[in-house]
This record gives sequence, C-alpha cells and structure tokens, in this order.
Amino acid sequence: MVTAALPVMESPASAPAGASSAGPASDAPPKTADRPAGVAPGMVRAPTSPTLIDIRNLDFFYGRTQALHDINLKIEHRKVTAFIGPSGCGKSTLLRCLNRMNDLIDGTRVGRGTIRIHGVDIYQPDVDVIELRKRVGMVFQKSNPFPKSIYENITYGLRLHGKTDRAQLDEIVEKSLRGAALWDEVKDRLDASGLGLSGGQQQRLCIARAIAVEPEVILMDEPCSALDPVATAKVEELIQELRTRFTIVIVTHNMQQAARVSDRTAFFYLGRLIEYNDTRDIFTNPANPQTEAYVSGRFG
Amino acid sequence: MNPPDHAFRPRPESGHRRERAVFWLFRMATYFILACGAAVFLNIFFKGAGTVFTASPPFINTTFLTEAPESLYVFEWEGRKREMGDREFRAFKEQNPAAANVKTESFVYSAGGIWPCIVGTVLLVVGSMTIALALGVSAAIYLNEYARDGAFIRFIRLAILNLAGVPSIVFGLFGFGMFVIFFGWNVSLLAGWFTLAFMVLPVVITASEESLKAVPKGFREGSLALGATRWQTIRKNVLPYALPGILTSSILGIARVAGETAPIMFTAAYVVRDKLPWEVERIADFFFQGVMALPYHIYVVSSKIPQNEYTERVQYGTAFVFLVIVALIATASILLRNRLRNRYKW
Repeated sequence: MVTAALPVMESPASAPAGASSAGPASDAPPKTADRPAGVAPGMVRAPTSPTLIDIRNLDFFYGRTQALHDINLKIEHRKVTAFIGPSGCGKSTLLRCLNRMNDLIDGTRVGRGTIRIHGVDIYQPDVDVIELRKRVGMVFQKSNPFPKSIYENITYGLRLHGKTDRAQLDEIVEKSLRGAALWDEVKDRLDASGLGLSGGQQQRLCIARAIAVEPEVILMDEPCSALDPVATAKVEELIQELRTRFTIVIVTHNMQQAARVSDRTAFFYLGRLIEYNDTRDIFTNPANPQTEAYVSGRFG
Repeated sequence: MNPPDHAFRPRPESGHRRERAVFWLFRMATYFILACGAAVFLNIFFKGAGTVFTASPPFINTTFLTEAPESLYVFEWEGRKREMGDREFRAFKEQNPAAANVKTESFVYSAGGIWPCIVGTVLLVVGSMTIALALGVSAAIYLNEYARDGAFIRFIRLAILNLAGVPSIVFGLFGFGMFVIFFGWNVSLLAGWFTLAFMVLPVVITASEESLKAVPKGFREGSLALGATRWQTIRKNVLPYALPGILTSSILGIARVAGETAPIMFTAAYVVRDKLPWEVERIADFFFQGVMALPYHIYVVSSKIPQNEYTERVQYGTAFVFLVIVALIATASILLRNRLRNRYKW
C-alpha cells in the first residue's frame, strides 16, 4: 500500500497513479489548469477533479485511545470539503493531522496509514513541518488574532519568512484584507490592535493572516461556531470567494453550513468515516442510514 | 400596635450575631497586620530620618549619603563637647597642635556615610538579577514550551521547589565552597552575584513559568500554523506577552536579593573597603573584588561593634536608606512592567 516515497514537498510532484494534471506549485499557480472553478456548491462537477490530499488507511491515537479508525479520503484540488459529525467523532483530529498540528499534543501518533499531499507522505521523517504549515494554513475555532496591530497581524507570517520590504508588505496587507473582505472596514485603522475588532472581523482577520502567506490549502476548524448569524454569513460568503484560489477543508457542527458552502462532505461517527460524497448527495440522498439519521437531525 | 408579622423578619437564631463576629475577626486580623507593618516602617522612618535629613538646608545629610564610613571621635575642647569624623579630627589636630593629646573616645563606623554600601548593594542587585533572569527565564521556557512531561521533568520541578525552601545561609555556604574556594574567585562581586542568583532562581523560574502559561494557547497555535518555528513563536509571540508577568515576579526577587545578608557574608561582602568598586586597575578586577553592602553593614554596626547612642544613628540611617533604595528599584520595575503591559493587551 505504501508506494515509493517522493522526496520533497517543493517539487510539484505529479499526482499518483496517472492522474492527468499535476498539482500547481503554490508560488505561481498556473492559469492553465482551469476547470470550472467557483461552481456553486452542490452543482454537478466534472468527475475527474485531481486529488490534492490523499488519506489512506489512517489510524490515529491519543496515547492508547484510538481517535481515528482506518480513514480513507481523497480531498480534491480547489474544492470545499466539509467534515461533519457529532462531537468527538474525530473530524477536528483529522483536520489537525493535515498540517500536523497534532504534533503539539503529547502522546499523539499516527498508528498506520498515510496522508499524502501532492503525493508526498507528510508524516515521513524528512518532511519539514514548517514548510508543510506554510503550504497548509489554518483558521481556528476561537479566533486568535495576535495582540498586535492589524497590519502586524497580517505581516507576521511574511516577516517570519524573510519578507521585509515595506512597499511589498503594504501591497500584500491590502490584498489579503481585500481577499478576506475586511479591507473596507479596517483600511483606516491598520495600526489599531487586532483585538479591538468584533468577533466576526477578528475571524476574518485570521483568515486574512492565513492567506497572506499564500498557502495552497486552508483548514478551517469550526470557524463560525463563536459568531453570530450575520458574521457567519459574511465568513461563508468569503469561503465562496476563496474556493477559486484555495483548497478548503472545513470542520463544522452546522449542517446547513456544510450544505451551503461545501462541494464534498464527509460524515464521521465515532472515529470512522461513514460516508463521503458530493454534498448534495449526502444531504438529499445519503447512502448510509447513520448519515441519514444525522443530517435529518435525528441524533447528534 | 405590633407591626404586622411577615415572612422575612429576622429571627434570633438566624446566625446574624455569629456572622458579625466572624466578619470582625477577619477585619481585625487584617488591621493587625497593617499595624505591625506600620510599626516597623514608622520606627525605622523616625529613627532613621534624624540621620538622613538635617534641620538646615539642603535638608539632606549629604555626608551620610556620599562618604565612606569613618570612626567618630568624641572629646571635650574648650569646655564644649565635640564630635568629629576621622579626617576632620586629623585636620583639627593640625590646626590646633594642643589637641594632639586631648582625651578622646572613639566609635568605629559611627561617622562618615554609607556611599560604598549603596554602590555595592546596587551592583549586587543588578548583577544577580541579570543572571537570575537569564537562567530562570531560559529554564522556564524549556520547561513550559519544549519539555515533554515525564518523570525527569517532574523530578526537575521537585528540585526547584526544594531549592526554594533552602535557607539563605546554606546558599551562602554553597557559594563559599563553590565559587570562592573551588572556582577560586575569592570574596568577589562575581561570587556574590551567582550565589544570590541561585537563591532567587526558584522564584524566578516558577513565576516565569506561570507567566508563560498565562499566554493563550491560541497565540502559539496561530503562529505555528503560519509556518513559524517554535523558537520564532516563543520569541515573537509568547515571550513579549509574558514579560510583564516575569518582571512582576522579579520585583519580589529584587527585594530579596537586596535584603539577604547570609548569602553575601562569605561570598561578596567586606566589612570595610577603602576604594569604590570602579577604582580598579584592570577591568577584569572589577568582577573579582569584594564590596560593602547595606544589609551587611547593618549587621556589622548592629552586632560587631559596641553599641551606643552613636551606632544607633548609623543603624537606623542605613536601614532607612536601604528601604528607600529597594522601593526605588521596585518602582522602576513596576513602571517598566506597566509600559510593557500597555503595549500588549489581550
């Protein structure tokens, strides 16, 4: 099951098993690889979307407790994939495996299986976690702007990676804030603290901070669970815009949200992937009775 | 004409009296502490003020603050009682040769001032706090940010906890054996710095760890998720926010370092020294010289020389100056902390 390990993340490694087009390098996304990006969710898409993240037979443990059982999942390039399921089903755990944030928790380990991004097993020893996290950004459940100015929040990641040219930074700050639909609200107070913003603005600031470093994938861990409906609507709208440029994986408790924003939905229960399909099929025509019970609100 | 009975009338057995008694007990305990503190401070203030302040301009006894200690000579001259410091007395004898054989009483350290002690204490505090903060914050970062919990880390924490309970005289002996004898630094600033630093290390480590823990986990995760290394995260997004807390705790450390006598007794303090610390031939000598220090000076003038009305002035004057200096250093740290705290708020 384990194929020969591909050397580095840097090379836009060709997708495994003869998938037609290679994943684009993050630095210069080729304009050629155009499939109908930005189709409204739930619509029928071309069935041959290339796989960006390929999870195979994944077992994951917190100490002796097994949190994930034999997960097999292919996340497609420039699609919004939603993970749904009741609390403790392992959806957040799986999300945090994708940029190895679980490494920060003592006693966690991948027991079996692989996660490949661009065909590279991200848990093999010669993968640099720093490089991985640059390419796979994350937005957290609790918005966590740093107690710095809005400007410094956005430039934080860029400065880490050695960008110090002021004009260039200014440009990226504006671009990122526009990208996060926040520019018009904060353009006059970039030097104000990021913590002075409202909850929804803070979360969009965190999204802006994540896209400023130009990742390929953005992981969102229940990004709207602490927001009111208006702020939630804005973030969802934003996700619609981001899906043309990024591959988005979103964990959510809110099934309507999953139905609204995602192209593909994975339903988890007790650490197992129960069903994974097009969002419309999951919500209208689930194959599994457990999925049906959950999405129709009978439990969870 | 009794008032109409109602449900919420106080009843005799409802415990109001006991409630009031307990409340007064706690209040009295607090007032008692306040009274004790006030008694100590006022005592030192009133007795020391006589030495530090003067009745005539410039109202401050500059001799006491800027001169080295001298012996005091008391004698009768032309029917009047005279009090003179060593140098003044010698000059007086040259002017009045007849005074050469006058009958005098002398009291050591009762004239002059305590300038060398002030200098020595400030040097000891600055040096040892620098060492303690550098070592302590590093250790706290390791324990809180890098180390994985295990038997070894628990053992280290236990050791730190135990270290906090070691009496200061034991630190003094340790410093004497380790730095003065084994390293051959003799009685020196350097030996005193390290001895005092080791003494406050447990406080600094524990408090730094608490401050680091108080920084929300989200800041670390947010930074790491942007592709920062752990050290970048700590340096840019954890330590700056923890610094006010670390400084707060080090204020306690400052008071302790400045005040302890036992650790410097064998390692850094001289009873008397003619030269000021910066009067050295080579820069390296600066670190290997002993200094006078305020707490040790108080100890010497209180227990090593015969007591009389003249020594009491020095004792309380020194204690007064000592309290003021500790208060000044603490105030400076508080101001610095407040500035840092205003910069980062969450």
